[in-house]
Amino acid sequence: MTTMTKRNRNRLLMKVGVILGLVAGAMFAGFPILWMLSSSFKSNGEIFEFPPRLVTEDFSFGAYLSILTDPTKVRFFVNSYVVAIAVTLLTLFVAIMAAYAFSRFEFRGKRIINVVIVSVQAVPPITLLIPYFGLVVVLGLYNTYPGLILTYMVFTLPYAIIMMTGYFNTLPRELDEAVRMDGAGSMTALWKVLVPIAVPGIVSVGIYTFMIAWNEYLFALTLTKTEDMRTVPIGIQLLMGQHSYQWNEIMAMSILGSVPVLILFLFFQRYFMGGLASGSVKS
Amino acid sequence: MTSSSVDRTLRAPGRFSKARRGSEPYAFILPTALLITVLMIVPIVMVIGYSFSDNVITNKHPELVWLANYAEVLGDPVFHTAVINTVVFTVGSVAAHLVLGLAFAMMLNTQLLSRFTKALFRTVYILPWLFTAAVIAVLWRLLLSPNGVVNYLLDSTGIASGQVEWLSNPDLALGSVTFINIWAGYPFFMISLLAGLQGIPHDLYEAATVDGANGIQKFFSVTIPQLRPIIISMLLLDLIWTSQQFALIWMTTGGGPINVTEMLSTYTYKLAFSRYEFALASTSAVLVLALSMVLAVFYVRHQRARD
Repeated sequence: MTTMTKRNRNRLLMKVGVILGLVAGAMFAGFPILWMLSSSFKSNGEIFEFPPRLVTEDFSFGAYLSILTDPTKVRFFVNSYVVAIAVTLLTLFVAIMAAYAFSRFEFRGKRIINVVIVSVQAVPPITLLIPYFGLVVVLGLYNTYPGLILTYMVFTLPYAIIMMTGYFNTLPRELDEAVRMDGAGSMTALWKVLVPIAVPGIVSVGIYTFMIAWNEYLFALTLTKTEDMRTVPIGIQLLMGQHSYQWNEIMAMSILGSVPVLILFLFFQRYFMGGLASGSVKS
Repeated sequence: MTSSSVDRTLRAPGRFSKARRGSEPYAFILPTALLITVLMIVPIVMVIGYSFSDNVITNKHPELVWLANYAEVLGDPVFHTAVINTVVFTVGSVAAHLVLGLAFAMMLNTQLLSRFTKALFRTVYILPWLFTAAVIAVLWRLLLSPNGVVNYLLDSTGIASGQVEWLSNPDLALGSVTFINIWAGYPFFMISLLAGLQGIPHDLYEAATVDGANGIQKFFSVTIPQLRPIIISMLLLDLIWTSQQFALIWMTTGGGPINVTEMLSTYTYKLAFSRYEFALASTSAVLVLALSMVLAVFYVRHQRARD
């Protein structure tokens, strides 16, 4: 056998090996999600049918309908959207201002603030929870939107500032410097010049912020009490707490609760990969 | 983009470092400084204060007890169990995240397949990362239920038989929640390592080939040393975050059965919100904070060294 054909054969073997490995990995990663999707279209009696079937015989949107027509469950989604959108807008506003200062100015205390912002990301949520509970009750924010919105910003703000500063650093200073030289204030330079060209960066920071707020569980569990203030992750757990498990509804609710993040991911995949790779996002 | 450039990115580019001083930047920092003070510094001071007191939150006049709470928490056998479980869960998860993440990243980085095929697999591989802990918890409770599909598959392939109680058997529960966490968390490693692999200069491999290195030798003499800084960053971040995991445990086993999956986070939560022992919970929370801060110091120093 010549070296050429031997190399080709080795290459083919390696290719087959890699494909087999990739398919096995894809089953590990994808099968549970496929099962969630499949279960959401079953009737509840069919969930534990033996033998289990991936594709149901009587495919039904019933579980989705019963969630979307139940005002209590719809309210979970409304709450999640209100909180996540408010957190996103507030975080962006505060982070853009801070990032402008970090990117364009030198000032006393910058290094200390920098260290604090970086280390905030390592503080365990459970440590903050107990004083937050005390504070939120004292301030009358227990079981309210502002209580959740404010506390979520402790997770979203640090990395939003870090990512935003990084983005501003890539934009030429001459642009906003020129506006300032013409006598306009820093505010004009930031909001009228820098922000419009920073839209791609702002969008990716905004998506991460929304995701973190949408997925948050511990604070939502502890700082809200009544059903009308609960968010989607708590709503899913509440479905589990009922006497008879409606597994098809639980899975449908899980799918519906994941849709906003999945859509954002599919549309902005490049930003996700970049941000994940930079290690600045919580898993 | 390589792994976290946290420290570097907050500095303005060097040549402007003496550009401007004055009060102006403080106006832009003010909202951040206020929020960080209210959401971070005040609460941490409060929780440390609580940990030295008794009758906090539930009573208007707490009394100072100094280290009594620490003695009680550190002497509690359930706390010891929680420490051991947290270590097992965290080390098991992080090690598996690294191995799986690296294996998947290397397969996705292969030259043997087309771009499109790789993008397709990459999308599937990242999926578990897109679901929130609540969804992951209920999904695996369905999959791992005694009558569930996992038992069916294991039974029909002859690996295990019968209705295994993955989450309620004391011998299996810790392994099961660790497995779920492995499934949920490896994409975080995979993406960073994939970016790292794509950044390794090709001539390093060519030089190794010229030197007669085989695939395994190249892996240990080129790939691993080149990825080392990313791997260390990821390991530290994952250790910090996995040791703080709450939601997944809370919604799968709640720390049970009989404390076999009790973590420091669930232990602390129960002290506060099931037993209303806020002072003891604060003590436990401060201990958890100290653990995270030790890891954070290593992380920040590692980042500095990389800059």
